Amino acid sequence: MSDRAAPDRTSARRSPSGIPGLDLVTKGGLPAGRSVVVAGTSGSGKTVFASQFLSAGIRDHDEPGVFVTCEEPPAGIRDNVASFGWDVARWERDGAWRFVDATRQLDGMPVHAGGYDLTALLARIEDAVARVGARRVVVDSLDALFTQFAGDATFRHELHRVLGLLNSLGVTTVLTAERDHDYGPNSRRGVEEFVADNLILLRNVLSSERRRRSLEVVKFRGATHDRGEFGFSITPDGISVIPHLDIRDDRAMSVERASLGNADLDAMCGGGVFRDSVTLVSGAAGSGKTLLTASFVAAGVAAGERCLVFAFEERREQWHRNAQGWGFDFVRMERDGLLDIVSDYPEVATLEDHLVAITSAIEAFGPQRVAVDSLSALERVATPDAFRKFAVSLSAYLKHHGITSLLTSTTPTFLGGASHTEAHLSTVTDLIILLRHVEVGGALQRGLTVLKMRGSRHDHDVRAFSVDAHGMHLGAPYDRTFGLLEDGPSAHPRTTPDGSRAPEADEPDP
Amino acid sequence: MPSFRFELYVAGDAPRSRLAIRALTDLCEEHLPGRYELSVIDVTEHPELAERAHVLATPTLLRLSPTPRVRIIGDLRLTAKVLAGLGLDGATANDDGEVP
Repeated sequence: MSDRAAPDRTSARRSPSGIPGLDLVTKGGLPAGRSVVVAGTSGSGKTVFASQFLSAGIRDHDEPGVFVTCEEPPAGIRDNVASFGWDVARWERDGAWRFVDATRQLDGMPVHAGGYDLTALLARIEDAVARVGARRVVVDSLDALFTQFAGDATFRHELHRVLGLLNSLGVTTVLTAERDHDYGPNSRRGVEEFVADNLILLRNVLSSERRRRSLEVVKFRGATHDRGEFGFSITPDGISVIPHLDIRDDRAMSVERASLGNADLDAMCGGGVFRDSVTLVSGAAGSGKTLLTASFVAAGVAAGERCLVFAFEERREQWHRNAQGWGFDFVRMERDGLLDIVSDYPEVATLEDHLVAITSAIEAFGPQRVAVDSLSALERVATPDAFRKFAVSLSAYLKHHGITSLLTSTTPTFLGGASHTEAHLSTVTDLIILLRHVEVGGALQRGLTVLKMRGSRHDHDVRAFSVDAHGMHLGAPYDRTFGLLEDGPSAHPRTTPDGSRAPEADEPDP
Repeated sequence: MPSFRFELYVAGDAPRSRLAIRALTDLCEEHLPGRYELSVIDVTEHPELAERAHVLATPTLLRLSPTPRVRIIGDLRLTAKVLAGLGLDGATANDDGEVP
């Protein structure tokens, strides 16, 4: 999936794209001083990509830009990108942004009467670049130019001259091109033949009745880049690409422990979870996941840590009320600034949008602890493959930032069972806690076990637990229960009367 | 008072530029003697004028008046297409009494 290698020191100089995540995928940015074709179907985000590249150059790198617009008049571009907070009119006044208006004029289809060249366009681009001292140029789109000149042999030859000029000016150029289909030939008119070196494809695919945007770097001359498709989102700040974060993180692993908010559970885990670990709590509806999440958060706040909760199943007010019932004052914790609960409906956005929203919220709040309840709610809005990528990216992101995290997963059946979330997450989580309803002696009880813990010994017992106004209480181990991980776990047929008494939650440990 | 106003955008002293200037001058002298005004603009000298007129290709001939504006791209060697584009062929030109 990813041919991640050590930074390639021999590769060409790069120009930061200004598109979050893309420079990770391209290992540094667009090839500086060269041209990149960005091709995609209508509505795939090409013009946003191009405008963001210019805007970021001006805003973040003091690199003025020239926008050669061939389809939408300058006024339309100004209006469209203003919604991303890019004040093109001001940059034009400041002499940092300049349009070359190559749109078809209203004086009708021009008559062609003999040989021509595009010297006027070349002269205008060169003049605009000189006037603002541009380091970046956008041509949007090549297809609109093609249609003005019927794409004849002269035009193809002249387009080579335009590209040659841009190359000689040393500017980094983004050229957009139209594609008819998200998969198939690279562009409608084969424009990649003009710029054979660098090609990025944008896709906007309908899958499981949902749009999924993705980006693929098809080729970058003389430079390494990550292969495959990367999801992206168009946020109020522009395009944001979701890189597949490397889960083989060479950062030193933390040996420091953090409390899960329950002394018995901490003891089962050998003294708490590691600071930079990701814990998965799996259970059916009503099995105690939200309580465990609340305990985890309250323990963080008690230790003076900033805690961020992403609630995809219950609204914030509902969280406050539930927590109150277990003795946690979340309203006060929020007021004190140590807790923030972000509640969202899974269906309002794509997984890519959710991941970008989650990482943005984490960057804004700077938490030491993060809880997501439940992660499996997001399974509803994506294909299994997209969800797997999302889960891996999220987990890798949390670990990379050294955040103590707890993710919950709702199992589809009440007794035992496993969800897809667990299958996807088992390899990237450090600790898995199963909460299950257990049938013992004809009665349903609640049981808990630590299935796996990376890098530490843990207790393999299945423990009963009860819940009251002070939270969760672990009871004695079940000694004769089997099949907890299967559908319908039940007590062993040879359970003695003593054994069936063992899981009484409020009993002291034997 | 000239009734035809033209702008011809050319690229320096290239052969194609000279060809277009010559073709247009001949055509105007034949069909519109004393009734036309022609400005020749070198886009390499005045890119800002090309920008203002939205000219991409050279040579480009703009008929500014009479309206509507007409835009003709190329070295103007295809005389029949130029005449048709400018409305100097057939009925229109006959009304002016310029074309036999």
